[in-house]
Amino acid sequence: MEPILRVEDLRVYYKSIFGDVRSVDGVSFSVNPNEVFGIAGESGCGKSTLVEGILRVIVPPAYIRSGRIVFKNTDLISLGEEELRKMRWKELSYIPQGSMNSLNPVLRIEEQMMDAMISHTEISKQEAKEAALSGLKEVGLPVEVARMYPHELSGGMKQRVIIATSVLLKPSLIVADEPVTALDVVVQKGILQSIASLRDRHGITVIFVAHDLAAHAEIVDSLVIMYAGRIAEIGSIFDVFGDPLHPYSKLLVAAVPSMEKDVVEGIPGLAPSPLDWPPGCRFHPRCPYATPICSKEEPAFKAVRQGRYAACHLLE
Amino acid sequence: MGEPLLEVRNVTKDYTIGGGLGLTERKIIRAVDKVSFTISGEKPTISALVGQSGSGKSTIARMILGLLEPTSGGILYQGKDTRLWLKKEKKAYRRNVQVIFQDPYGIYNPFYRVDRVLFKAVKKFGLASSNDEAHNIVIESMRAMGLRPEDLLGRYPHQISGGERQRLMLVRILLIKPKLVIADEPVSMIDVSLRSIFLNNLQGLKNRIKMSCVYITHDLNIAHYVSDDIMVLCHGRMVETGETKSVVRDPLHPYTQNLVNAIPIPDPKKRWKDTVEIKGATFEELRAEQGCIYSHRCPHVMPMCKSEIPPLAEIKPGRKAACFLYSEVIEATKPK
Repeated sequence: MEPILRVEDLRVYYKSIFGDVRSVDGVSFSVNPNEVFGIAGESGCGKSTLVEGILRVIVPPAYIRSGRIVFKNTDLISLGEEELRKMRWKELSYIPQGSMNSLNPVLRIEEQMMDAMISHTEISKQEAKEAALSGLKEVGLPVEVARMYPHELSGGMKQRVIIATSVLLKPSLIVADEPVTALDVVVQKGILQSIASLRDRHGITVIFVAHDLAAHAEIVDSLVIMYAGRIAEIGSIFDVFGDPLHPYSKLLVAAVPSMEKDVVEGIPGLAPSPLDWPPGCRFHPRCPYATPICSKEEPAFKAVRQGRYAACHLLE
Repeated sequence: MGEPLLEVRNVTKDYTIGGGLGLTERKIIRAVDKVSFTISGEKPTISALVGQSGSGKSTIARMILGLLEPTSGGILYQGKDTRLWLKKEKKAYRRNVQVIFQDPYGIYNPFYRVDRVLFKAVKKFGLASSNDEAHNIVIESMRAMGLRPEDLLGRYPHQISGGERQRLMLVRILLIKPKLVIADEPVSMIDVSLRSIFLNNLQGLKNRIKMSCVYITHDLNIAHYVSDDIMVLCHGRMVETGETKSVVRDPLHPYTQNLVNAIPIPDPKKRWKDTVEIKGATFEELRAEQGCIYSHRCPHVMPMCKSEIPPLAEIKPGRKAACFLYSEVIEATKPK
């Protein structure tokens, strides 16, 4: 199967007076069409910077240092602003972190939804309005919401409006960055299921970023575990949960409290700073299995077995 | 058996909104509606207070701490009203009832070193007679919580992680040795990998200094992990209480059932099989004066649910719920 998105050795840095902050530092993966692709990791590991880089929504001081982002045979990095603008919403949609706060407080919901459509396609006002209403219904919102202002809606309802807007122009890829953080469990379940249904009903590929592994376990097909600007492990969700290869994934999966575990252990130590990543394997200062080579040589990121990639010296 | 450690008796809290400059309509929002519970304190327990956002959890915490006054009802600590404590013996109350807030960033002054919160406590409550002794007990307490004093003493808040900042609060509690700790969502802002360390520390502390804890959270996975008892709030009313494991295994109230059902299980082999139906409800419906607070969303709603408020009653030994589905059980056990 031809992947819909291929990221090759992507580096996204932030310029600072202390030198480059290497937030995303050599990341490669490919996303297959029609899957929910999860990205997990601790805060500061580069998840959000990675997806911002892929969609090229990064703003200075961040910049793309090197790498390739190939989306359906187009290199997104070489595209100009105008060409990119044309692709947005129609091909690529983005649900940014805390996006429920990105609604314009002085416009009615339908006006905002119609705006997105009218500026990107040749569509009449009437058609746009109808599309907005059916979009709202699809995410389980009553049509009255269309005439409301953002302050009249709850956080979960606003998040649904954003999801509805992001699918209006039937993009092939939607990137959702922490869409369920700060929502209640019941609302969270509803939103996660709406996201999963984007793929099931519209065949949209979804990149789903969240720090909560339990949320990943519910809807994701393939999972990337990031650590310190790099990928620790990639595999199907069943493999990563059932038989994690990288010590970091092992500890992370074990650190999630659940109804079925009586004792969970955390991962001691601190996530390192992107200004000064540890030498060798970036996880070695916290890794219980570290050997002398781990502090000297950076492990290569490679296929360990069919469909499974990891970067760890122990897997050599 | 003496006085319970903490007794919350029929507490109601109303907030008034609007009415500013006479431009908008004045409205009263009932954040907490006749809530009662006790923490016996006979043996150290962690009681989780669970509910969705806006259910009144934090309002209850603030009232226990004396940061808010209840509109009606009273909160008794060791049999004496908290208002009296705060008037007459404020220092003793503050020492015995401690708090851990949600935001591990907000409580530290960025211009002072983090250990100031520890040394201040030592000084304020006279825990050490000399500077050397103060230094020693601080170091000892940090080690007891699994923290490395050499990494943390003299550091500024931005130099340490959120998890460490929250664990320093536990060190402070170990120093002060309060009888009751109110923890308001202490791990919601820290990373998953560091959460369990905090939670394990908290449990260790419970047995070590024999304290009880009211643990406020919206996350049932965490409540289940850390607590002995659970109290479920729904829009300001208590709908179910009981021993944690038993409530999660077999929730009685339809609201609790809905909550437990929505918990994501961190195992891709056990995904949700049902889908949630989202029914929007207006604010007025949510704050219905009459009837059960959950009646507009309850799948088992009966006519009486719309007109009468179900009382919180014992359904099984140690298990209480406020739901008319169990009226027969309640009737049968009523003393004739």
